[in-house]
Amino acid sequence: MSSITDVGPVPATRTRSGAARPDRKPRGGLVLGLLAWLVGILFIIPIVWMLLTSFHSEADAATNPPSIFAPLTLQGYREFFGANPWASLLNSLTASVLSTVLVLVLAIPAAYALSIRPVRKWTDVMFFFLSTKMLPVVAGLLPLYLFAQWSHLLDNIWYLLILYTAMNLPIAVWMMRSFLAEVPVEMLEAASVDGAGLVRTLRSIVVPVVAPGIAATSLICFIFSWNELLFARVLTATVAQTSPVFLTGFVTSQGLFLAKVCAASIVVSLPVLIAGFAAQDKLVQGLSLGAVK
Amino acid sequence: MSVAVTSGSRAAGAATNTRPARRRSGDWGRRAPLLPALIFTIILTQLPFVATLGISFMDWNAYYPDERRFAGFANFRRVFTDVNIRHSVIVTIELTVVVVLVSLVLGMLIALLLDRKFVGRGAVRTMMIAPFLVVPVAASLVWKHAILNPVYGLINGTITAIWHLFGASNPPQPDWISSFPLASIELVLIWQWTPFMMLILLAGLQGRPLDVIEAARIDGAGAWQIFRYMTFPHLRQYLELGALLGAIYIVQTFDPVFVITSGGLGTANLPYTIYETFYQAHDYGLASAAGVVVVIGTIIIATFALRTVSSLFREEAR
Repeated sequence: MSSITDVGPVPATRTRSGAARPDRKPRGGLVLGLLAWLVGILFIIPIVWMLLTSFHSEADAATNPPSIFAPLTLQGYREFFGANPWASLLNSLTASVLSTVLVLVLAIPAAYALSIRPVRKWTDVMFFFLSTKMLPVVAGLLPLYLFAQWSHLLDNIWYLLILYTAMNLPIAVWMMRSFLAEVPVEMLEAASVDGAGLVRTLRSIVVPVVAPGIAATSLICFIFSWNELLFARVLTATVAQTSPVFLTGFVTSQGLFLAKVCAASIVVSLPVLIAGFAAQDKLVQGLSLGAVK
Repeated sequence: MSVAVTSGSRAAGAATNTRPARRRSGDWGRRAPLLPALIFTIILTQLPFVATLGISFMDWNAYYPDERRFAGFANFRRVFTDVNIRHSVIVTIELTVVVVLVSLVLGMLIALLLDRKFVGRGAVRTMMIAPFLVVPVAASLVWKHAILNPVYGLINGTITAIWHLFGASNPPQPDWISSFPLASIELVLIWQWTPFMMLILLAGLQGRPLDVIEAARIDGAGAWQIFRYMTFPHLRQYLELGALLGAIYIVQTFDPVFVITSGGLGTANLPYTIYETFYQAHDYGLASAAGVVVVIGTIIIATFALRTVSSLFREEAR
């Protein structure tokens, strides 16, 4: 029994491994199972519809009642890529990946100083980081815009990248701290008694424990940077625009073409969908700032 | 930096340290790894607010750059008398409360459903998570154009199909976004945030002590009693966590307001109103004053929220 409860909150894995909790057999279990399926289908319908519409011709996409069994075509995707979204996709990729790397470089030492060898009043520092997430970003947007204008950093992906780093850093510090707090301190002490240097201690004891934490943190930072619209919309124009900005412009310039809009939405969401599905359990850890393991 | 300092491990630094002399030598060594992140965060999140505070006392409109001057509290008076800003405060509160509460309740019910064993549980869980993984701009676009659109949206199309099925003509074709603008935005947000709440609560449910619940069941406790007295108290901290994190993000909602209504039809929330004041009206003074008021309001609310988090993470802060 205890071995079962010890397994973390990774229901999908548990289901797959088959070692789930003991099978309660309540009356109406079938009904509740069907209800769960119904709810799941209800939540996925908009995405299925988006996917289906993206493969329809514009004429079939805009019918009432909907033409579910209309022939499939790649026309929507062809037109989306014809509008040359590559620069914006590349910008999004640059901003998301590099800001995630930068976040990790800054957050991991900070988390170390908040858990393994904590500074005094480390809880205050933690709450300072969290409180910066509560301040509405929109209230700091104007000075950031004026500074960019003054220093000619408007429409520059590097500026956006730095701001995304600041946006995600507090979350990353919280998450990384909660993972680093699990590093066995006794082993660290033993290592230092044995004369192991800092680098070696980090490499052989700390890294193996926190590698999953780094994965979770990266995933969350990547998703938030990729999704961001407000900063990108205000601070970039034609050169550095990210894919969410491209998406909003794509619709206004192209008018209402459902298949194209759906195809564009699928392409822009694809990196997040893939990363999120690939690491569902990391998603939970990340979103709860590491509080839920 | 040697053995002695390292052995003054976690517990020592956390609460009380009885070795002040030794600690002082290690203080800066301990702080050093923290400083880059701290300084970076202060420069990029605190300095802009200081600048906003300064601009809020100025009469500054980018359309009239030569008429920039000190304005005293004039901008703040305008913030409190401006009908649009006052209305957007109400919209922000309604949006946040409705979305957080509905997605929490839905998330909990769905988590309870998914906590049971049934055929295809993993598949249903994956289906449930998907809405959270659609880029918010894309989700808003698809809901607006492909689902809620009155002429060729999925909902009205389905209504037509059902009416035709029964041989009826003139199916009702409501214009969802025009009739229920704020509810449309809330719907999209709830669709995206329910999976998030569900994930946190499901993790909470699976951390329940099953043996205790089994014992209660054997002692004859009913399903409702087990939920009321065992599951719910256990879930409480996860509910609080979900509410707090959800509120942090949903208060700042911008994308669906921007995409679905462009702030029209009375749906402009504070982030959108400030964005518009600054980006379209170029009234830097007013936008900054509104920003300052929002920050003060947030600090007041956050003080209470942080108290909640403190209790949430008390366990961790050994």
